[in-house]
Amino acid sequence: MEVKIRVNDKTYERDVEPRTFLVDFLREEIGLTGTNVGCDTTQCGACTVHMDGASVKSCTVLAVQADGASVTTIEGLARNGDLHPMQQAFTDAHGLQCGFCTPGMIMAAVKLVESNPDMDEFAIRHGLEGNLCRCTGYENIVKAVATAGRFGAWDVEEAAHRITVRGSGPERSGR
Amino acid sequence: MTATQRAFGASVRRLEDPRLITGRGRYTDNFSRPGMSHMVVVRSPYAHAKIKGIDMSAAEGMPGVVAVYTGADMAAAGFGGIPCAWVVPDSDTKTPQHPPIAIDKVRYVGDAVAIVLAESEAQARDAAYAVEVDYETLGVVVDGKAAIEEGAPLLHDDVPGNLCFHWTVSGGDLDAAFAAADVVVTDSIRNQRLIPTAMEPRAALAEWEGAMQQVTLWVTSQNPHIVRFLLSLDTGIPEHKIRVVAPDVGGGFGSKIPHYPEDSMVIFASQQLNRPVKWTETRSENYLATTHGRDHHSEVEMAAKSDGTILGMRAKTWANLGAYLSTASTGVPTILHGLMLSGAYNIPAIHEDVYGVFTNTTPIDAYRGAGRPEATFMLERMVDLVARRLGMDPVEIRRKNLIEPFTEGHEVATGLVYDTGNYEPALDKALGIFGYDTARVGQAEARSKGRLIGIGVVTYTEICGLGPSEVAGAVGFGGGLWESAIVRFHPSGKVNLMVGVSPHGQGEATTFAQIISDQLGVAVEDVEVIYGDTDQTPMGWGTYGSRTTPVASGAIMGAIKHLKEKGTKIAAHLLEAAVEDVEFKDGLFSVKGSPEGGMTIQDIALAANTAWNMPPDVEPGFEASSFFNPANFVYPFGTHIAQVEVDPETGEIDLQRYVAVDDCGPIINPMIVEGQIHGGIAQGVAQVLWEGAHYDDQGNLMSGSLMDYAIPKAEFFPRFELGKTETPTPVNPLGVKGVGETGTIASTPTVYNAVMDALAPLGVTKIDMPLTPERVWRAISEAKEGGS
Repeated sequence: MEVKIRVNDKTYERDVEPRTFLVDFLREEIGLTGTNVGCDTTQCGACTVHMDGASVKSCTVLAVQADGASVTTIEGLARNGDLHPMQQAFTDAHGLQCGFCTPGMIMAAVKLVESNPDMDEFAIRHGLEGNLCRCTGYENIVKAVATAGRFGAWDVEEAAHRITVRGSGPERSGR
Repeated sequence: MTATQRAFGASVRRLEDPRLITGRGRYTDNFSRPGMSHMVVVRSPYAHAKIKGIDMSAAEGMPGVVAVYTGADMAAAGFGGIPCAWVVPDSDTKTPQHPPIAIDKVRYVGDAVAIVLAESEAQARDAAYAVEVDYETLGVVVDGKAAIEEGAPLLHDDVPGNLCFHWTVSGGDLDAAFAAADVVVTDSIRNQRLIPTAMEPRAALAEWEGAMQQVTLWVTSQNPHIVRFLLSLDTGIPEHKIRVVAPDVGGGFGSKIPHYPEDSMVIFASQQLNRPVKWTETRSENYLATTHGRDHHSEVEMAAKSDGTILGMRAKTWANLGAYLSTASTGVPTILHGLMLSGAYNIPAIHEDVYGVFTNTTPIDAYRGAGRPEATFMLERMVDLVARRLGMDPVEIRRKNLIEPFTEGHEVATGLVYDTGNYEPALDKALGIFGYDTARVGQAEARSKGRLIGIGVVTYTEICGLGPSEVAGAVGFGGGLWESAIVRFHPSGKVNLMVGVSPHGQGEATTFAQIISDQLGVAVEDVEVIYGDTDQTPMGWGTYGSRTTPVASGAIMGAIKHLKEKGTKIAAHLLEAAVEDVEFKDGLFSVKGSPEGGMTIQDIALAANTAWNMPPDVEPGFEASSFFNPANFVYPFGTHIAQVEVDPETGEIDLQRYVAVDDCGPIINPMIVEGQIHGGIAQGVAQVLWEGAHYDDQGNLMSGSLMDYAIPKAEFFPRFELGKTETPTPVNPLGVKGVGETGTIASTPTVYNAVMDALAPLGVTKIDMPLTPERVWRAISEAKEGGS
């Protein structure tokens, strides 16, 4: 099937099998391998991209569903050579180790912060529930998101100091 | 960074990050080669079955299919069994054949039976479903203890009773210890099977070059040199004709140590087709075909005096090895487990029997901590049980038994000689950060109101920085454990450091650049660390066992020493001074007392690379290599404390606080070290509370995807509170110790002990991990019924 998808401000027209997922379109058809695939059940979030302004897991969106849509991937997040504040925050706060979950984590975090720039630590942790990381224990990811979101500055220690921790108790064990 | 600020000890931002945060990571699956074919593995749906026949005709005729191969095809091409690299001596270890693709019989769900090659991955997958295999199913055994019982189904004809090995460790007079005991506590401990779940699934891409008779394998590996060595044994390709590249690797945690069957399959297929061949596993496939970890049953006894002095420990452990021996299978539950049973304590007598057992399950190999978490869990549970029996505080009993400070080595009953230790300051620091006394008061108050709050404490030490090569040989590891480094100054003064280790998230491209910067006075940004490519790096044994920094830094420091010496000679020549009058400081060679006339190391690099005017008997070039074989392992230590609250109505556990004080020696990059500790704690906590692989009695992996296996999310954790003490090791020049696994080793018993402390008023002493709400709720209910 013919699809026309705008990715990172460039339009791609391709003939794809109907079963092609958006992530395979990105990785295989147009060679944007920054978006990773970490599972086959839509749990891990490594493949998160933005489609028409919303964050989506591109392993669960068919390329034909994205026909006519505008997609931003991790490769398109930095502008004019400047890192997006969220990218900068991830390296400042050491919010990544192996880096495999990072593209999806950053893309999800960007939308999370846009939806509510004034989150406390619990809200950030809860808001990242669709993205798994096996390396960091999430601590520095949370710090990065807080840094980029609420404080817009690069002082990681200051940000970590200022994010509020909700009182302990059963409310925190949101499983 | 200013010149006055040392790179050593600074939280330098990682040099790895720019590519990783912009989507330019070089993971194996991102690579494509011209003319590449895609491989999909047909896997057994049965845990134990004879292969009566394989009909490939339908698959072969499907669109895009290039070829279908079986195990017989690989054998006919001269491919042998996958070798095991660790055979523990004095254990009568059996090493049954492990064909890369099963030939007569499959032994676990996920065992390979055929491979399909096609133009696209989707076409290969479609065709894989069309491969028809005629199976005759056999009896199945999945449990490590049940598999050695009389009448259990036999996996390998040449392994009677499914017993791979029986290994013992023994030290001290155990009979005397138990005879002198005032109390003996016993426990059955289940250390459940875990699935490592590196976020990047495995992948392998082979390109055979017929003209050169050589192959390049890009592969998700923690140790490309080991993979190359092992490939030379089973593929028949000589080692110097094999290049193994581990580019960016998306986490490993032990599961990317082994040489896997798929490595050989893609090489075989690439040779057959004369085309590059790529394979990438799905997550569900990863859960079946990539190694698992842990899976022990243990029976443990501890003898103590009434004042809490520990006298001895006796244990039997049944270690499930899965269906075949993976690369390091046999070393994990023996050397890395039994030898660590003394932990941080004076225990005069220790004995353990370990039985390694084959079952119809995915092979078991190293998983973060690899043997030490299992040992530490056993030990720390027993210490807590003794304390509870005697009515002692868990801190008091630990303080009483901690090994006194030592700097010259300390031998424990298992025969290990720890490098250095000073355990009590770490304990005190952790107690201080936690506010232990206040927390106990708060706990008592909460208890009086019916709330179940618990505090868990663990004082641990662990063995890492693997290790002295002589010991590696003595304990049956089929390789060395030394490391190497080449430091190469280019004419412009920029530096490449080539190392044989292969970091995959631990940040040593940065850490090592900091060492070079600190020692030689070049900017961190001017150092590019090259690793993960057997053609570009000197021999080395890889990244695992928290060894990368403690061992490789020894080689880096050796090369640095050579360069300082050579630079001094060249500088003396050019400055027309005597060698002994030249000093090197902050990147400058100068005549002592007159730094203004000195030459920078970049000046010397240019002079040596051009070699227009070299001193006699000094070779041109400014490069040095060094090999470092550590004299001992290193033994980081520390104290972890956790607080939990258990909801008595639902059994839910809320992890409220987690304090970790670790001593990994001098810290090169605090930001990176803290990140390692965070991640380690998270994985260890996950074992207590959420994770567990489960097979049904037919050998089906019931926790076979991320929908069924509970990898923790951000919201599961509190903020970790970290502290440190700094005790340098004498084992390497920088005094540094490994920190990649401490968190995992300590956190499982810490949180488990906290939960048992919370449930102490109910008399609960044991619940099998993971402590799911249902299990906890049942334990609470049963305790209440029993008590009423």
